[in-house]
Amino acid sequence: MSELTEDSVRADVRAWLEANWNPELGLVEWRNKLADSGWGVPGWPKEWYGLDLPAGLVPVVDEEFARIGAIGVAKAGIRTLAAATILAHGTDLHKEKYLRRILTGEDTWCQLFSEPGSGSDVAGAVTRAEMQGNKWIVNGQKVWTTSAHHAHWGLLLARTDWDQTKHKGLSYFIIDMHQPGVNVQPLKQMNGHASFNQVFLTDAVVEPEFLVANVGDGWAVTTTTLMHERRGADGLRTWAMGSDRKGRAYDEERAEIATTMEPYKWYPQRAGRVDLILERAKETGRFGDPVVRQEIARLLIMSKAAEWTARRARAAAQQGKPQGPEGSLGKLVASHVARAAARVHTQLSGADALLSGSDSPMNGVIAEILVSVPATSIAGGTDEIQRNIISERVLKMPKEPSIDTTKPFRDVPRNTVS
Amino acid sequence: MKFSFSSEQEEFRTSLRRFLAERSPTKEVRRLMETDAGFEPAAWRKLNTELGLTAVRIPEAYGGQGFGFGELGIVLEEMGRAVLCAPFFSTAVLATGAILNAGTENEKQALLPGIAAGDTIATLAWVEDPAHWDAAATRMTATPSGGTWKLDGHKSYVLDGHTADLIVVLARAPGTSGGAGLSLFTVKGDAKGLERRNLKVMDPTRKLARLDFKGVDATLLGEAGAAAAPFARTMVEASVCLANEMAGVAERLREDALAYAQMRMQFGRPIASFQSMKHKHADMLVDVELAKSAAYYAAAALDEGDEDIVAVASLAKAAASEAALQTAVHAIQIHGGIGFTWDNDTHLWFKRAKSSEVLLGDAHHHREQMMQHWAA
Repeated sequence: MSELTEDSVRADVRAWLEANWNPELGLVEWRNKLADSGWGVPGWPKEWYGLDLPAGLVPVVDEEFARIGAIGVAKAGIRTLAAATILAHGTDLHKEKYLRRILTGEDTWCQLFSEPGSGSDVAGAVTRAEMQGNKWIVNGQKVWTTSAHHAHWGLLLARTDWDQTKHKGLSYFIIDMHQPGVNVQPLKQMNGHASFNQVFLTDAVVEPEFLVANVGDGWAVTTTTLMHERRGADGLRTWAMGSDRKGRAYDEERAEIATTMEPYKWYPQRAGRVDLILERAKETGRFGDPVVRQEIARLLIMSKAAEWTARRARAAAQQGKPQGPEGSLGKLVASHVARAAARVHTQLSGADALLSGSDSPMNGVIAEILVSVPATSIAGGTDEIQRNIISERVLKMPKEPSIDTTKPFRDVPRNTVS
Repeated sequence: MKFSFSSEQEEFRTSLRRFLAERSPTKEVRRLMETDAGFEPAAWRKLNTELGLTAVRIPEAYGGQGFGFGELGIVLEEMGRAVLCAPFFSTAVLATGAILNAGTENEKQALLPGIAAGDTIATLAWVEDPAHWDAAATRMTATPSGGTWKLDGHKSYVLDGHTADLIVVLARAPGTSGGAGLSLFTVKGDAKGLERRNLKVMDPTRKLARLDFKGVDATLLGEAGAAAAPFARTMVEASVCLANEMAGVAERLREDALAYAQMRMQFGRPIASFQSMKHKHADMLVDVELAKSAAYYAAAALDEGDEDIVAVASLAKAAASEAALQTAVHAIQIHGGIGFTWDNDTHLWFKRAKSSEVLLGDAHHHREQMMQHWAA
């Protein structure tokens, strides 16, 4: 191939889309074309559905897709994390079996990491995988499992050696979710929704070839998955939006998004809905109250400064500068904003904050904010863990002395919850 | 809107930081803050001439360098880091702003080159007792008198008011009120009938004066009776500049507190290894970075003519007021007993944070300003 430039890539993708994009194609049929051509994931290796395009040129392809409204490969959900992990650590068999169906959206994935006894301390997992005969037999319980109720495959972290230290006794597997040993139960949250699941694993089976990397490498592989999750690759941080265009592929994409996003309808509310504050202040007649105005201003200042901090981080990244401290604060700041917004919404609503559902303002949206915001400072790493990460990685402060990483995991005190 | 600094701006910041660290170590700050003037004219002139600091934001047509608020913000942030004892905010932000916003072409030609060259120390006098930061509270009167004007009344909280060569004064026509009838004037520091008194200040790195005017000869700056708008614009610019200075104050406090926590041993460990310290430092980083983002955004908004600039300026000042003071409170606490001593340097920045919190209006004042201009 001749020298790649922004212009040459733009011309190539434009020509390919002109020749191939057709909104009347079936969604899977179209995405198979994307996988075959490499334009669906141009940053991926050529041998696995990509074009080896340098990361800096990938946005050019995205822009061209967006310009004509062409649908991309399936991106929402855990499947993106699965793909990144398999690309980094999987065997050719794994890549062959899973990657194409991830891109077409035919397969859904879930992540079996958290357990009732290990939340922030994911490496303290006690779900056990034991080799019996020539198969891995898995027993234990996983929790907060997004999409487990309709997932085909799970990314499983399990303990394979109790005599090793905590991080070295873990292994990473791909498990078939459609088998008798896997029992998925919805987990009802304090806001009444059930967006996550508990997964009970009872003598569930994993064939030996679906171990990822080596026995004992589970933590390293998990780190890869989590790193992509923190980068927001799970597609859930941003609300997936269907197009309102006409055509079979658009119809099918809308249906896919509706299914994927249904359990997460409340996600905008957990962020506090700062966007509703001024409207509510006027609607409730509290706008003239100087105390309320101060609280609103505090919230707007924090929210704007948070937005501009994120823009600073993005600008630095685009210029190829090393990440400054501003790039590590978003998660913690989002918690502050959400809590402040819930406080102001309560202040604005007065007695109406006692109500919920259709009796509550905005047909329940306000009530849902008040009981959903607590999730923000817990999900995806608690505020306390965020502060540890910021102080240790950004500010280079010393780690707490640890008592759980040097002795055999068997001897480490842990929760007795089954 | 611009969200990053150019490599030229970064280089400017780096060399300025090095320069100020050399010229304004805390030993020098402590020496100057004990003097009545708060700075040494000869040393300040030398520093200013070498770096062209007061010229940064003055257009080239008036002997300046013609940079924008992005660059001026960098200068102020670095001066805040160094708690530099110099008549910079009074001269290069307040007086320069008032002259640029209100002055006629001839007046700018006459007044600005001296400031740009570092020969003129200037300030802006607008607040009176009891202190209000807005122009409408002005009571000082200006009466026409044979082609010139006479000022009667008083001004207080005037930055470097007792040392300035040139004082820009806000006054009103007798019998007017509110925003009407306001004019700006220039007065010489040694004018007859002007009595200047150095006020005792909480923050000795920022000197304030009370000025009493008895029939003082004054020269009109700009159009008579039309000062409300250019004065308001000057306050908006000053708020943005102060927010940038406070970002530097806050970051220095945070960094020094972190360095101390890394070094201080208790219970056989550096105190930085305790989670209570780590979490406090993470929170301080959030406060400081958010305040920096707001200050940088506001400076860029001034340069780019953002129509929301009044609200954005107040946003930045409110954010900086809270962040700098909160960081100062944490910094003293992290230092423990030693942090409460005169010998430890933390109080120099604590006091600068405290005086900046109040100067030009506190966070409550600016939150209300922001709401009036943004969310009306």
